[in-house]
Amino acid sequence: MKVIEANKLPGLAAALAGAGYRVVAPIRDGGEVRMVVWSPGAAIDTRAIPVNSAKDFLFPKAEIIGRCTLDGNDFRPEDVKPVAPKTVILAARPCDASAMLLLDAVFNWDYKDEFFNARRAATTIVSLVCTTADEQCFCTSVGGAPDATAGADGVLRQADGGRSFILEPLTEKGKAVAAAAGAALAEGQAKADAPVEVPVHFDAKAVTEWLGENFESPLWREVSLACLSCGACAYACPTCHCFDLQDEATRAESVRLRNWDTCGLALFTAHAGGHNPRPDQAARWRQRVMHKFSYLVERLGRLGCTGCGRCARLCPAGMAICETCREIDEARKAAVK
Amino acid sequence: MTENLYQPILMRVADVRDEAPEVRTFRLQFADDADRARFFEKYRVGMFGLYGVPGAGESVFCVASPPTRQEYIECTFRRTGRVTSALADREVGQPITFRGPYGNSFPIESWRGKNILFVAGGIALPPLRSVIWNLLDRRAEFRDITILYGARTVADLVYKQELADWGARSDVRLVTTVDPGGETPDWKGQIGFVPTVLDQVAPSSAEAVALVCGPPIMIKFSLPVLTKLGFTPDHTYTTLENRMKCGLGHCGRCNVGSTYVCRDGPVFTLDQLRRMQTTDM
Ligand SMILES: Cc1cc2nc3c(=O)[nH]c(=O)nc-3n(C[C@H](O)[C@H](O)[C@H](O)COP(=O)(O)OP(=O)(O)OC[C@H]3O[C@@H](n4cnc5c(N)ncnc54)[C@H](O)[C@@H]3O)c2cc1C
Ligand code: SF4
Ligand code: SF4
Ligand code: FES
Repeated sequence: MKVIEANKLPGLAAALAGAGYRVVAPIRDGGEVRMVVWSPGAAIDTRAIPVNSAKDFLFPKAEIIGRCTLDGNDFRPEDVKPVAPKTVILAARPCDASAMLLLDAVFNWDYKDEFFNARRAATTIVSLVCTTADEQCFCTSVGGAPDATAGADGVLRQADGGRSFILEPLTEKGKAVAAAAGAALAEGQAKADAPVEVPVHFDAKAVTEWLGENFESPLWREVSLACLSCGACAYACPTCHCFDLQDEATRAESVRLRNWDTCGLALFTAHAGGHNPRPDQAARWRQRVMHKFSYLVERLGRLGCTGCGRCARLCPAGMAICETCREIDEARKAAVK
Repeated sequence: MTENLYQPILMRVADVRDEAPEVRTFRLQFADDADRARFFEKYRVGMFGLYGVPGAGESVFCVASPPTRQEYIECTFRRTGRVTSALADREVGQPITFRGPYGNSFPIESWRGKNILFVAGGIALPPLRSVIWNLLDRRAEFRDITILYGARTVADLVYKQELADWGARSDVRLVTTVDPGGETPDWKGQIGFVPTVLDQVAPSSAEAVALVCGPPIMIKFSLPVLTKLGFTPDHTYTTLENRMKCGLGHCGRCNVGSTYVCRDGPVFTLDQLRRMQTTDM
């Protein structure tokens, strides 16, 4: 098996960077661990859950999807090609890797988005078997697991009590990364550490069922009261994919940008005439939960939540989608009795 | 490699017509004939497009001209915000960007041999205008065509020349109305709200379908009248105009419950609307 000592992970990153990969990894910078592009000297930290998700490298915050050269009142549309560097995402959490499968489905729902697809094709995801979790993690409630490999091209397993890692390729892309690592990975033996245990908090199927019948429940008003409508939950979420299109122009050129957006913001659905079909935060929070646990299940056969817990870790108002789902599951059980 | 879904085609403004205050119709010509051919291969009445000006953005309008006229397309829009203002400022000969056609369409092939009722209010005639011309260009295939169209005032009526043309035809029954107080001294149409006039005109629902487009309040009060006349929810059609960005089912903006208006709509039967999860209708 391919083995690497824990303190040599930067060497693996360096070898892959040397082989032409853009290497993304959980990097500690001050008090925070974020998924960012590795550079020499950066500290890889596999123990903390990164603040942001790996989505950022497949579906960036802002991206140019259109360009025109302007000439007075005349203009010419130019070709725009996706920016899709060969990338390896090292030590992505399983909840980030499995989110890719939902993004795949959304960005290929009838129409195929070449910007997402080009980056997806150029990206290899090496996920990490979680040996650490926190109280916000709930992957096991939404069909995931700390050692799940859905969406991953390879997997890193912590071994020998944290002294080393085993790299196990799962796909051709994963094998290519292992090969590119060269001497950074040694042939050897190690004993994988047990994955962390994550308790199940609710029954996702039951939640989906309840949502189908409770669009008008008083629960929406109650659970949404604290929400400040800041959008942090959506921006940190590995599955959230709503976007805006906006133009920016100089005298000579205009670009059309695709920017992250979110259903939590009041202007998201506001019509030009002032009417808003989702007039209050209760309607918007309901959309967030319904989209993830009902609409996507109905339309694409997948939950829009992988239980990563990022939204709850970041929310300044203490909102937690896991808690909402647990309440829904409780409400359902109470109703059955 | 697939194509950039967001790459617009180029159209040129061939004609501009002012319809009502701040409401304008553009006739648009395809800069490239191959784009024209691709467009008409897909286009059916009811579909929409994204019309844009670089630097301002894109706006969704229905295609207001029928597939029976393949030299150009037309759209009618109201100057509202940033994009619609930039579009309204375009002059004959100048280019705009276009993406489409997107969305579903009215199932007009299943209406052959039927009576068709159109009920429209204000700026909502454009989505029905394409259907009206489509049916009129294939007049022999359909039976009675009744058009009831109302606006707040005479000035707010769009397509005034076409209303005159339709009114002069013996194979169309056109009823126009303006809200009480909106008439002019020489107004020859009805005076009254659309639902009231619909009740008076009382078109037969036998072998018929109804298409209703207008402000929410008009739709709300017209539906009970249609029900009374015997139009069933699965034979009553309307279009939804939710805010959209991509038109492709990707941006997550247009959904009403699990229905994505951009890919499942914009055309829906009343039956479908009633099954949607929304408090907004
Ligand atoms: C299926 C469908 C069919 C439709 N058909 C028609 C039709 O036939 N005719 C018609 O008139 N309307 C039609 N509409 C409605 C039409 O799309 C909107 O009225 C039109 O886009 C104007 O809305 P807007 O103000 O958002 O657009 P604009 O104001 O023109 O702007 C578009 C976008 O630019 C941004 N924006 C707007 N104002 C500002 C500002 N001041 N500063 C910064 N950004 C700004 C917003 O993000 C907005 O979404 C249709 C809508 C749908 C969904
Ligand atoms: S992070 Fe919290 S406060 Fe901000 S939009 Fe999300 S739920 Fe609301
Ligand atoms: S909704 Fe919250 S817990 Fe679920 S995937 Fe998104 S950020 Fe993670
Ligand atoms: S307009 Fe983007 S999903 Fe419908």
